[in-house]
Amino acid sequence: MTTKIYIPRDAAALALGADKVAKAMEDAIAGRGLDVTIVRNGSRGLHWLEPLIEVETPGGRVAYGPVKARDVASLIDAGLVEGGSHALCLGKTEDIPFLKQQTRLTFARCGVIDPVSLDDYRAHGGLRGLENAIAMEPMAIVTQVTESGLRGRGGAGFPTGIKWKTVLEAAGERKYIVCNADEGDSGTFADRMIMEGDPFVLIEGMAIAGLATGATKGFIYTRSEYPHAIATMAQAIEIARRAGVLGPSVLGSGRAFDMEVRTGAGAYVCGEETALLNSLEGKRGIVRAKPPLPAHKGLFDCPTVINNVISLASVPVIMDKGAAFYRDFGMGRSRGTIPIQIAGNVKHSGLFETAFGLALGEIIDHIGGGTASGRPVKAVQVGGPLGAYFPRALFDTPFDYEAFAARDGLIGHAGIVVFDDTADMLKQARFAMEFCAIESCGKCTPCRIGSTRGVEVADKIAAGIEPESNRELLADLCNTMKFGSLCALGGFTPYPVVSAMTHFPDDFQPAPLVEAAE
Amino acid sequence: MNIHQPRGDVPGRTLAIVEELKGLEGPLLPILHEIQHEFGYVPQDCLPVIARELNLSRAEVYGVFSFYHDFREHPAGRHVLKLCRAEACQSMGGDQLAESAKRLLGIDFHETTPDGAVTLEPVYCLGLCSCAPSAMFDGEVHARVDADDLDALVAEARR
Repeated sequence: MTTKIYIPRDAAALALGADKVAKAMEDAIAGRGLDVTIVRNGSRGLHWLEPLIEVETPGGRVAYGPVKARDVASLIDAGLVEGGSHALCLGKTEDIPFLKQQTRLTFARCGVIDPVSLDDYRAHGGLRGLENAIAMEPMAIVTQVTESGLRGRGGAGFPTGIKWKTVLEAAGERKYIVCNADEGDSGTFADRMIMEGDPFVLIEGMAIAGLATGATKGFIYTRSEYPHAIATMAQAIEIARRAGVLGPSVLGSGRAFDMEVRTGAGAYVCGEETALLNSLEGKRGIVRAKPPLPAHKGLFDCPTVINNVISLASVPVIMDKGAAFYRDFGMGRSRGTIPIQIAGNVKHSGLFETAFGLALGEIIDHIGGGTASGRPVKAVQVGGPLGAYFPRALFDTPFDYEAFAARDGLIGHAGIVVFDDTADMLKQARFAMEFCAIESCGKCTPCRIGSTRGVEVADKIAAGIEPESNRELLADLCNTMKFGSLCALGGFTPYPVVSAMTHFPDDFQPAPLVEAAE
Repeated sequence: MNIHQPRGDVPGRTLAIVEELKGLEGPLLPILHEIQHEFGYVPQDCLPVIARELNLSRAEVYGVFSFYHDFREHPAGRHVLKLCRAEACQSMGGDQLAESAKRLLGIDFHETTPDGAVTLEPVYCLGLCSCAPSAMFDGEVHARVDADDLDALVAEARR
């Protein structure tokens, strides 16, 4: 029987040499006449072990990593094809603690299947949610999604079902499903991993959204920085279309839904939903004032569902296993699972899907294993460049929308960036302002001008110029930006700045002035 | 290789691209991407052609072109090195790596070496935050980039 060896095609694995490993493996297989086929899967999300390769054995999949091309010969000598032991052998993949402790609902297939095999997708439970949805009235689909408790995974946490209901009830000849795949937050890569590792789950989720709301056209708006995700998504859409999953009659239902991938052009602000819609329409990515809500007047002024990748990719399992199944995971008003992305200066980096409610410290210290540098953790930024910096004193915060908000933070898209004690928090605060200045769309004054002034004030503090009044000025400026900006870019940039000032006041003390010493 | 010198008929080739894509809903970004792919940058004499064909003002088309960081007004060097400047990469020494790159190349961000070999650009997140710091060299991704990797990339670019 032909043995399958899995070598990921996920961008993180590729960036660490997975293609070279695959080439070396192909050569070795051919050279030794082995009965082996290579499957290019997505990533399991154990990124500190990438490239992580797996071999299928009668007892389950066995993992090896991190593998370099030069390791291939010795791996095969050690009996890789039978799952033989080797210094790089990690044992059975499913038994690796980082994976074993997870609850994989949205990412159930990611890293397991061939991402562009619809047969593989079906064999692992794919399309059951869509088949169920086809047999239901639109309102019943909306109700099931609402009852699951699913909230927008892009960061805002708005109930997905309520959004869908608004679009379903909105009058319109034409409606759209827009997938926000403009994953620009540092520390996040869950959207990329789904698009590269299990693209059909996103297609299925969008098709269900179409059936639920009466929308017939979908767009995935993603980033030019994600060429592999774009290629995989486009290939999967073509396969789905040929198989009748997309097109004039979705799975023979007589109801139409089709979609395409669109690529942004390096503007972070286009991750904001109204700027994204403008960009899709071919305009500058300028934020729109709300109301009207996109659900009423969205893309080309038509009723539009705009959801994050992970929200949409979580819908198929909800439609397959039921609202209660999903809702039973989680805590408080944060129901279901969340793919936490552990990044930056951390030992065990990667994607960890789990029910809401895990304490931040548990994630950093136990799952993440502390810093990669081996130095103490100084701060973690949760929720991307607009998220707060939390010190160790707040590590008891449970991973939950409301719990983070109560401590002046946000979970955002659930990315965590770990910093060791060499981090300078004034520098990080300045960077938050600088990033806002670079990426501001320019529509509202607090964001456009406030961010530039913020950089200047941070520089003055660093230079020891009237530090006390400049700290007050920075706090005041943050207040203006927070309450006066039109969207989350200007409105949330104060989170990293204020949290850095609040929790790390020592870093905002003046450097000794040369003049003062004289 | 990143070099695409505009040869021949820029307006004519632009027109062919616009004709092919203008049936899309919201065609302007796909058109600009395709033009940059074709020429390596967006020659300014493309813009009036696009404006005319899409029934937009030239100011509108220029406004869209100039809004997005990706679109270049001038050709890049033969190679483009993008270094991630965002937080996750900062936490793993991205700033020091950026300083080394500038020193090795003798240029700042957004500049091209005098021999036209390399353009250095910042990028804010390649989604490789779990294996930082990261870089993109001529569209290929690199993660856990250290000083040796950087030397190798620069040497390759100089060849």
